[in-house]
Amino acid sequence: MGGLPSGRPTLICGEAGSGKTLFSIEFIVKGALNYGEPGVFMAFEEKADELKTNVASLGFDLEKLESDKKIRIDYVHIDRAEIEETGEYDLEGLFIRLGYAIDSIGAKRVVLDTIENLFSGLKNEGILRAEIRRLFQFLKSKGVTAIITGERGEKSLTRQGLEEYVSDCVILLDHRIINQISTRRLRIVKYRGSVHGTNEYPFLIDDEGISVLPVTSLELNKDVSSDSISSGVPALDQMLGNAGFYRGSSILASGTAGTGKTRIAASFANATCLRKEKCLFFAFEESPKQIIRNMRSIGMDLQKHVDKGYLEFYASRPTLFGLEMHLVAIHKAIRKFKPDVVILDPITNLITIGSVSEVKTMLVRLIDFLQTEQITVMFTALTLNNIVNEQTDEGVSSLVDAWLLIRDIENNGERNRGLYIMKSRGMKHSNQIREFVITDNGLDLVDVFLTEEGVLTGSAREARLLLEQTGEIIHEQAISRKDRELIRKRKVLESKIDSLRSEFESAEEELNKVYVEEALKKQIMGDTLSKMTDLRRADVSKPIKSKKKSR
Amino acid sequence: MEESGQLNPHTQLVDEHYTLRLFIAGSSPISVRAVTNLRVICEEFLQNRYTLEVIDAHQQPLLVRDENVTAMPMLIKKTPSPKKRLIGDFSDRERVLIGLGIKY
Repeated sequence: MGGLPSGRPTLICGEAGSGKTLFSIEFIVKGALNYGEPGVFMAFEEKADELKTNVASLGFDLEKLESDKKIRIDYVHIDRAEIEETGEYDLEGLFIRLGYAIDSIGAKRVVLDTIENLFSGLKNEGILRAEIRRLFQFLKSKGVTAIITGERGEKSLTRQGLEEYVSDCVILLDHRIINQISTRRLRIVKYRGSVHGTNEYPFLIDDEGISVLPVTSLELNKDVSSDSISSGVPALDQMLGNAGFYRGSSILASGTAGTGKTRIAASFANATCLRKEKCLFFAFEESPKQIIRNMRSIGMDLQKHVDKGYLEFYASRPTLFGLEMHLVAIHKAIRKFKPDVVILDPITNLITIGSVSEVKTMLVRLIDFLQTEQITVMFTALTLNNIVNEQTDEGVSSLVDAWLLIRDIENNGERNRGLYIMKSRGMKHSNQIREFVITDNGLDLVDVFLTEEGVLTGSAREARLLLEQTGEIIHEQAISRKDRELIRKRKVLESKIDSLRSEFESAEEELNKVYVEEALKKQIMGDTLSKMTDLRRADVSKPIKSKKKSR
Repeated sequence: MEESGQLNPHTQLVDEHYTLRLFIAGSSPISVRAVTNLRVICEEFLQNRYTLEVIDAHQQPLLVRDENVTAMPMLIKKTPSPKKRLIGDFSDRERVLIGLGIKY
């Protein structure tokens, strides 16, 4: 992929109205404007004036380019009624004109649109074929890059078999209408000496000319970022390993009707804008004003982001134009606004204008494009209740990096929202179902109650919570009663201990008293004894006396 | 390379002056043949009532474009109307006469 083969002729063929002339004129104009390569446009079909008027609607001012000597338009007309063939001839006149036009402005690019018209004006096919062969030789020798357009034939690529002369590069344009919506496609049939995509590439003609978008990138070699960005719901970030989504990843939020997909998307947008990053919001269902009003009800002011230029809405009805046009419009809007985050809400509506496989291819291409640009994208998708398996209609679930599923949980005559993360590539994410609640202050995720009866949500959860709270109070009370009992018991015991101790003390005292008395007695007795001894000793001076007495 | 003939009162055909312009590419065999053949025809049928301008396309490419010349040699009959273009080396005499409006 790198443009047309330079210095060689390229054949562009297609049916009437497939955009051949436009493709070639854009080749000339862009060459002149952007690459400084003057070009010659030799028209065999349209007059120069007609051509100028026709492409003016695409913003090409051929008049000015021509007066600036950037391009030269030459209208070659052959009217069969006017011409009488009287013998042998050649197309030298054409060569002279072309040669002169090329030399006069130093052209590097040449378009012959549509050279096959010569066949309708001139009868002698033998001469024409020989001359056309010579013409291609002439173009090659001039070293110009040429585009030759040709009407598509019944069996061959072109009616007159021009492809046999142009062997370097053949591009086929096609214009198909499926379900009342037209899609233009382009295919490179051959391109010698170049690796080319062989797929059909849809292309578009709009007010800026032709846009071609590759169906898918040839390789999967995109840069990845390990930065993460907040989802705007703190509890959700926690579920996603406390970080949020990876930058440049693709996120799918799917759920049934009224589960709050748009709100998730809006809070993601809000978080992005609060980080002072740019967010582009593609709304396929609601008008921007509606979204802003609705989000205000949950305490989110998107209007101020819009005013500051961080947020831009792009609302369009899916049925407005074909998928291709949508894709190109999205591309253009993204290239213009250069957002960090893109939101598509919802992709489900696109299914109304294309088949599942087409929508899928479109989204693959979009994701491809966004990932190469390092833009985080969030899709929302509506899943239908009757779909048992967890597939989104668009089949993008395998493409996205993270998938949030919001489900209705019907219980106790009410409907509640349960959110869980189906997948999040490369992240430790929670496997829990959380209840997704929308409050006046935004979104929140609440732990659900896992009980013997199953998962409880909504009022059942509240009731359960209440029940548990009551239980707790009762429990607490019970505990405090027991505590008091214990204290009382302790007091009783302690008093008992006290009385015992005092009893013991009195007993001890009693005992001590005895001892003391005993000791006193002993002492007193001792005293008296010694006194008596002393007294006896006094008698020793008169021992006989005393002896006599004692005996 | 201009050649003009006077009006010939003796012709049976309608009194009309032929203004002819012939584009050739230099002196290629086919060009030479074309000039020769055309002169013979003109002298025979349009003696003294034609103006023939022979133009070398290589010398006047702008004129080639303005006259919308493609195949060569090309003879443009400007008058009398209708305007006609004759291409080829004029070897097919019948077709030349038809083309010039001399024979129907």
